[in-house]
Amino acid sequence: MALSTLNSGAEYAKEKVAADLQGKSFDFAGAVFRLSLLTGLAFGILILGAVMWDVLGDGTGFLFDRGWDFITGNAKSRSDEYGIFEGLRGTFWIGVFVVVFSFPIGIGAAIYLEEYAPDNRVTRFIELNIRNLAGVPSVVYGVLGLAIFVRALDGFYPNSLDKHLGSTTAAAGATLAILVLPIVIITSAEAIRAVPQALREGGFGVGATKWEVIRHHVLPYAAPGIFTGTLLSLARALGEAAPLILVGGVLGSLGPKSSLFELEQLGERFTAMPLMITQLAKKPAFVGDWNSATAAAILVLLVVVIFANLVAILLRNHFEKKRSN
Amino acid sequence: MTIETETEDTDNVNIFEVSDVNVYYGDFRAIRDVSIDIEANEITAFIGPSGCGKTTMLRSFNRMNDLIPTARVTGELKYRGVSLYDKRVDPVEVRRRIGMVFQKPNPFPKSVYDNVAYGPRIAGNVSKGAEMDDLVESSLRKAALWDEVKDRLKSSALGMSGGQQQRLCIARAIATNPDVVLMDEPCSALDPIATGRIEELMAQLKDEYSIVIVTHNMQQAARVSDKTAFFSVEVSEESDLRTGILVEFGSTDLMFSNPTDERTENYVTGRFG
Amino acid sequence: MSQTFGNLEIGDLTGSPARNRRERIVSTTFRITAYVSLLVSILIVLSLVFEAWTFIDGIEIGWLWGDQWAPPFNEYDLKTPLVGSLIVTGIAMLVAIPIGLASAIYLSEYANPTVRKWLKPLLEILAGIPSVVLGFFALRWVTPNIVQNLNADAPGFTLAAAGIGVGILTVPLIASVSEDALAAVPSSLREASAGLGAKRVTTTIRITIPAAISGLVAAFIIGVSRAIGETMVVFLAAGGGGNQAQFTASAFESGTVVTAAMAATTAPSDRLSEGVALQSLYFLGLLLFVITLLLNLIADRFVRKVRMVY
Ligand SMILES: Nc1ncnc2c1ncn2[C@@H]1O[C@H](COP(=O)(O)OP(=O)(O)O)[C@@H](O)[C@H]1O
Ligand SMILES: [Mg+2]
Repeated sequence: MALSTLNSGAEYAKEKVAADLQGKSFDFAGAVFRLSLLTGLAFGILILGAVMWDVLGDGTGFLFDRGWDFITGNAKSRSDEYGIFEGLRGTFWIGVFVVVFSFPIGIGAAIYLEEYAPDNRVTRFIELNIRNLAGVPSVVYGVLGLAIFVRALDGFYPNSLDKHLGSTTAAAGATLAILVLPIVIITSAEAIRAVPQALREGGFGVGATKWEVIRHHVLPYAAPGIFTGTLLSLARALGEAAPLILVGGVLGSLGPKSSLFELEQLGERFTAMPLMITQLAKKPAFVGDWNSATAAAILVLLVVVIFANLVAILLRNHFEKKRSN
Repeated sequence: MTIETETEDTDNVNIFEVSDVNVYYGDFRAIRDVSIDIEANEITAFIGPSGCGKTTMLRSFNRMNDLIPTARVTGELKYRGVSLYDKRVDPVEVRRRIGMVFQKPNPFPKSVYDNVAYGPRIAGNVSKGAEMDDLVESSLRKAALWDEVKDRLKSSALGMSGGQQQRLCIARAIATNPDVVLMDEPCSALDPIATGRIEELMAQLKDEYSIVIVTHNMQQAARVSDKTAFFSVEVSEESDLRTGILVEFGSTDLMFSNPTDERTENYVTGRFG
Repeated sequence: MSQTFGNLEIGDLTGSPARNRRERIVSTTFRITAYVSLLVSILIVLSLVFEAWTFIDGIEIGWLWGDQWAPPFNEYDLKTPLVGSLIVTGIAMLVAIPIGLASAIYLSEYANPTVRKWLKPLLEILAGIPSVVLGFFALRWVTPNIVQNLNADAPGFTLAAAGIGVGILTVPLIASVSEDALAAVPSSLREASAGLGAKRVTTTIRITIPAAISGLVAAFIIGVSRAIGETMVVFLAAGGGGNQAQFTASAFESGTVVTAAMAATTAPSDRLSEGVALQSLYFLGLLLFVITLLLNLIADRFVRKVRMVY
C-alpha cells in the first residue's frame, strides 16, 4: 500500500514535470495578468490613434482646401479666410529665444554641475533646486513672466493709455526660455554624466587643461545626448500656451502684418500657435468651419512638434546603438 | 653592457623623491608613509597584491589624483627638486612633463593621427603641418606602431585591436616629449603577444624617458625593470581597514634573487598574493 | 631628443598665467550660468509671495468663502478651484495610473526588444503632444463620445472631460518614471525567483513590483503633481464661463481648477489689468507652487531611495 502510494506520487511528479516542460499546464493567472497589461498599453496607443485620427481627419482636408493661404494669412473673423501666420511668427520667435538663451545657459550650467562643481551642500542644493524647477507647473512661469517682464516694462510707460506694453514677443520668449531652462540643464547633465571617465583621463594625461578636456572630449562625446535634450525642450516650449496667456498673449489678430524676421516685433504684442489654437477651440463648433480650422492649425503645430520629437528620439536611439557596439 | 650600466649610474639623478607620503580617499588611508627615490632613465616597477595602492601611488606622481574629489596627499613628493603638491604648481604643467598610460587602452574617439597629434597641438609647441606629420610619424615609430598604421592614419583609433590601441596610447603619451612616462598595468588587458611587444618597447624607450610601471605580473617586472618596489597591504587588527605600505625597494635582480623581507620573498615566490 | 632636465625651479611648473586666467574665466562663466537657476527660483518665490500678500492684504477674509470664483465681482471662493483641482486630478489618476503602470510593466517585464523598440517611441510621442491639442481633443471628442455617454445631461464643458484629458496627458510621464523604477530592479532578483520555479506573473507581482515600489510611488506622486499643474486642458474643456465659475462637487458640471482660474484672470476676453482681482492669480499661483513643490520634494525622496538601494 505504502509502496504504491509512493509510486503513484513519483509518477504524478514525473507527469507534472513533463507537462511543465512542454508548457502544457495552462497558466491562467499569468494569462489574465498579461492580458490586462496589454489592455492598458492598447488603451495608451488607441488614445494616441484617436487624437491623431480626430485631428488628421478634420485638419488635412481643410488644410488642402486652403493651401498656402492658411499658412501665410492673418487671423480673420471668417473661418474660410483665417490664416495662422501671426501664430507661426510668434512661435518662431519663441524658438529663437529658447535657442539663444536657454541652450547656452542650460548647457553651461550642466557643464558646471558635472565638471566643475565641488560635491558640497551648495551644489546639492542647486541640483535639487533645478529638479524642482523642472516640476513647477508651466502656468507659474507665466506668473513670473507677468511679474517680472510685463509689469517691469509696463512701468516704463506709466501714463500710456495703451495697457500691457510689456506683453511683448520678447517677454513671451524670455518666459518660455526660463521655463525650459531646467529641462535643458537636466538632459544635458545626463548626457555629460554618460561620458566615460577614461576619456577625460586620457585628455588630462597628455596635459590638457580642464576646459580643453571639456571642449575637445567631453562635449563632442555628449553632443548627441545634449542635442536630443535641447530638441525635446524646444518642442516643449513651442507647444506651451498657459504661460503665454498669463504674459498677455493676444488671442486674436495682431492687426497689421509684419514679416517673419522684423526685429521690431520683439517689442510689440504677440500671439503664438498654441494661443491661436486656444482661441479657435473656444469658438462655437457649429458656426462656420471653425472645428476644421482648429484641427488644421493643430496639425501644423503637431507637424513641427512631433517632427522635433521624432528627430530627437531617432537620433538618441541611433547613438545608443552605435555606442553599445 | 656592464660599462653602459655603470655610466648610467655615475650621473644618476632622482626624478622623484618621495618622503612620508600618505594618500587618503576621504577618511580612508590608501597608502601610508611611503618613502622612495626614483632615478631618471630607469624603469622602476611597482609590484604587489591588488588593492595595495600601486595605482594610487602612481597617480600622485602626475597629480592625476586631483581628478578624484576625495583624494588627498600629505607628505613630500618632489619631482626634480620641486615639490609637486606646492600650491603654486599647475597640474597641467606637471602632466605635460609626466605622461601617463592607463590600465585599459583609452584612445580618443578620433583618428590615429589626431590621437598622437593632440598633445603637441594643445601644448602649442608644434604647429606647422609637415612638422606635425614628422612628430606623429616618429612617435608612432617609437611606439612600434608605424608600420601597422601608416596607411590608415585617418581612420578611427577605435577600430584597432587592444594591443594596437595601447601602443597608440604610448605614442600619444610620448608625442608631447615628456620627461617621465607612468604606466599603470599597461598590459593587463592584452594577450601575450601584444604584451611582448610592449615590453620590448619599454626597453627601447628607457634611453629617452624615465618609466614607472605598475604591474602585478612578477615575471614582467623581472623582465623589464631596473628597480622594483614591492607594496603590500597591512590589515589593521582592530578596524579591519586595509592600508597600502611600501615593503621593500631595490634593484630588481636583488629583489627577485635575494629579497631581504620575508613578505617580498613570499610574494615573488608565489606563496602569497 | 628628449627634454633634458636637471633640477627644476618652482617657476617651471607654475604654468602659463594666460592659460590659468583663461581657465578661471571659463569656470566662472559656467558657475554663473548654474546660478541663474537659483535666481529664477528666488524671483518666482519673491514675486509670488509679495503679490499674494498684497492680495490677502487687499481683501476681506470672508470673500474667500462663498459659492463662486469670480474675481471681477470680488468673489474668491477658494473651495471652487481647490475642489475642482481635486476632482480633475482624481479622474486623471484613475485614467493614467492603470494605463501608465500597465504599459510600464509590459514594456519592462514582457515586451521583447523589437516590440519595445517600437512602443517606447510611441509613448514618447504621446508625451510630446502639446496640452492645447489634448484640450481640444477633450472638448470635441471626449465630451460627446465618453462624458455625455456616461451622463446624458452633462453640459459641453465638464470637469470629467478635463480630468480624462489630463489623465491622457499624464500617462507617458507615469509610464516612463515607472519603467525606470522597474528597470532599476537588478535582474539577478528576477533570475533568482525564476530559478525557484516561479512563473513570470508571480515574479513580477511578488518580487519585481515590491522591489520597485519606491520608484512606483514616486511615479504616482509626480503624476499627481503634473496633473494639478496642467492648465490648458482644463481651460478648454472644463469651463465655459470665462473668469467666473460656480462651486461644484460634481464631475459632470462645468467648473474651474486652480490653474485654469489663473489663466482666466489674464485671458484677453475679460482681462483684468490691475487691482486685487488680478492679484488673485498670484495668490492661486502661490498655492499651486507650494502644493507641487511639496509633492515634488516627496517624490524626490522616493526616487533617491531607489538609487540608494541599488
Ligand atoms: N577613487 C577611490 N575612492 C576611494 N577609494 C579608492 C579609490 N581608488 C582606490 N581606492 C582604494 O584605495 C586602495 C588602493 O587602490 P589602488 O591604488 O587602485 O590599488 P592597486 O592599484 O594596487 O590595485 C584600495 O583599497 C581601493 O579600494
Ligand atoms: Mg591598480
